Amino acid sequence: MLDISGLAASINDKPILNGIDLTVPPGEIHAVMGPNGAGKSTLGYVLSGREDYVVTAGTVTFNGADLLAMEPEQRAAAGVFLAFQAPIELPGVNNANFLRTALNAIRRTQGASELDAVQFLKLARAETKRLAMPDDMLKRNVNVGFSGGEKKRNEVLQMAILRPKLAILDETDSGLDIDALKIVADGVNAQRRPDFSALVITHHQRLLDYLVPNRVHVLLNGRIVRSGGPELAKELEKSGYASLIAEAA
Amino acid sequence: MAAVTETLDTVQSVTQSGYKWGFETTIEMDFAPKGLNEDIIRLISTRKEEPEWMLEWRLKAYAAWLKMDEPQWARVDHPPIDYQDLHYYAAPKKKAGPKSLDEVDPELLKMYEKLGIPLKERAILAGVDPDTVENTQIAVDAVFDSVSVATTFQTTLRKAGVIFCPISEAVRDHPDLVKQYLGTVVPTGDNFFAALNSAVFTDGSFVFIPKGVRCPMELSTYFRINARNTGQFERTLIIAEAGSHVSYLEGCTAPQRDENQLHAAVVELVAMDDAQIKYSTVQNWYPGDSNGKGGIYNFVTKRGACRGARSKISWTQVETGSAITWKYPSCVLHGEDSVGEFYSVAVTNNHQQADTGTKMIHIGKGSSSTIISKGISAGHSNNTYRGLVRMLPSATNARNFTQCDSLLIGDQCGAHTVPYIESRNRTAKVEHEATTSKIADDQLFYCRQRGLSEEDAVSLIVNGFCKDVLKQLPMEFAVEAQKLLAVSLEGSVG
Repeated sequence: MLDISGLAASINDKPILNGIDLTVPPGEIHAVMGPNGAGKSTLGYVLSGREDYVVTAGTVTFNGADLLAMEPEQRAAAGVFLAFQAPIELPGVNNANFLRTALNAIRRTQGASELDAVQFLKLARAETKRLAMPDDMLKRNVNVGFSGGEKKRNEVLQMAILRPKLAILDETDSGLDIDALKIVADGVNAQRRPDFSALVITHHQRLLDYLVPNRVHVLLNGRIVRSGGPELAKELEKSGYASLIAEAA
Repeated sequence: MAAVTETLDTVQSVTQSGYKWGFETTIEMDFAPKGLNEDIIRLISTRKEEPEWMLEWRLKAYAAWLKMDEPQWARVDHPPIDYQDLHYYAAPKKKAGPKSLDEVDPELLKMYEKLGIPLKERAILAGVDPDTVENTQIAVDAVFDSVSVATTFQTTLRKAGVIFCPISEAVRDHPDLVKQYLGTVVPTGDNFFAALNSAVFTDGSFVFIPKGVRCPMELSTYFRINARNTGQFERTLIIAEAGSHVSYLEGCTAPQRDENQLHAAVVELVAMDDAQIKYSTVQNWYPGDSNGKGGIYNFVTKRGACRGARSKISWTQVETGSAITWKYPSCVLHGEDSVGEFYSVAVTNNHQQADTGTKMIHIGKGSSSTIISKGISAGHSNNTYRGLVRMLPSATNARNFTQCDSLLIGDQCGAHTVPYIESRNRTAKVEHEATTSKIADDQLFYCRQRGLSEEDAVSLIVNGFCKDVLKQLPMEFAVEAQKLLAVSLEGSVG
């Protein structure tokens, strides 16, 4: 599914990622943990094609294609979805409209037929119901006036509707209470299927109680310094990153 | 919600990045010689078979114009205009009186097709029996250069007592009405361009809605400038008698050409007690090429007088075209509790310049006005909102609310807001809100991450920004307006 090899990237000439090797097989959920400034969010942005980040070395292969050669919208069409840490507001743009436009843009590139308003609403309402979100989520303007928790849930709703192959969740759990956290975890769990993988970027072990990863990776100074099973997250929760930082130094 | 998606569909379908409607029809023209003098005015008046009083009115305006100077206060910049180097009269050669649609030049009908005039209107113009399309509720008075050549739905309108005809015809057939109202809202000497228009106007629309009548259909005019070097000087007069309602749609596109073309129209609206006039414009004249060469100079005077109590005049405009726009659709609120509204989207791209806004003159007690202006600048363009809200001493308890939002795309363009507020009544309330924002890289990336192309993302964000204005447009126009927004901003990012 996703093969990252020797990936290095910088922003404004400042290196952030310093050679990342990571493979996510289809159907697996991998967690990326690490302290602030380790490069976790940068990894998400580089994978989704944000222009401010310059890739200086390495390759990323996604289902056999060279991901780094694609425009952001081509990556989206190929099935890459980034749940933003701070979702962006689009004043005057209705959420349902935004999602239908996005879904149809993706469907077009895949040669699938576009959904009309009625078909789309049926699909979208089924997803909001499944995620226990109010219907008016679809009617409101994209993220405008949403609380922090609503914004995160909206990201999960978008993911559910766009049905990506690789979801990158950038600290989607931050600032959520336990109920909201469960909704987010359930949303990702509901996507689980043999051709769906997720890269879950998080600070905390808490989310991983509900969203059990196949692998956990620890990112430090732009490198993966340790990888392990779900137990690694629990260990970090106890000992913190201090020992790893000392090790790396 | 379907509308915005439709916009995006439209962008997809438009593959050309240039001005989409740059073609020229080959209908034979009948020109007056270049230049402006009393003889030319006499010629226009004769060609129009006008009565003597009309000619005198024109000559008076011409005399006033000679003493006036071009206004210099607008934030626009252009080389001097040689008013003696323009043709002031051009008409398609009449084969017979263009009284019925069968006599309309097929070239003209083809042109409407290219313009993408809504199907049902094209059907009407193509000669479909008006009775079978009556339920579509739109009448078109097509102004082709200087003479109106096709007028439809006269029967239905006549039944309701509504007069909707070329103003040249109204001068001949309804002289008393024209004499009573023409120039009473925009006097001949109001400003340089209005005076010029009064002297040489060749055609335009005349609408009269009698007392208590709700006009049975939306009235629609498609303007088009089509002759090389011909300034166009339309004159429109709409009169709504007490308790009547009318919605008037004006839309235009122009063929691509190199020379700058002057356009100086005058529109006058009069609303009596409880009358309502809604005037909607979609303006898409040739804006010049991406280097700022060519394009229309659009110097327009539009003004409505709310003469009666509780009368209401509402201007809605979507301005995407012209090299230079100088335009301030205004309301003079004489009537007690009268209402003025101005909803505007002005888009400038490349080297376009727009100085546009409104004036709300509050005279009547309890009169109220709303101004919602959305300016979008891209490329190297300059976009200025200029507005005046004046509360006269008599305007007790009058209120105004103004909101001016500017959106910048790229870092080479400019947005300017110049609001003038004068209040001479201490009970009057004036509110002004203004914002300037930029399409953020964050927003574009967010949309692209969800699968939208950069152009689609801009279109979506711009349409969201303009939503408050677009929703004021009649359905027929909303779609066209959104189409224009998308097309005008093509290539403005990246």
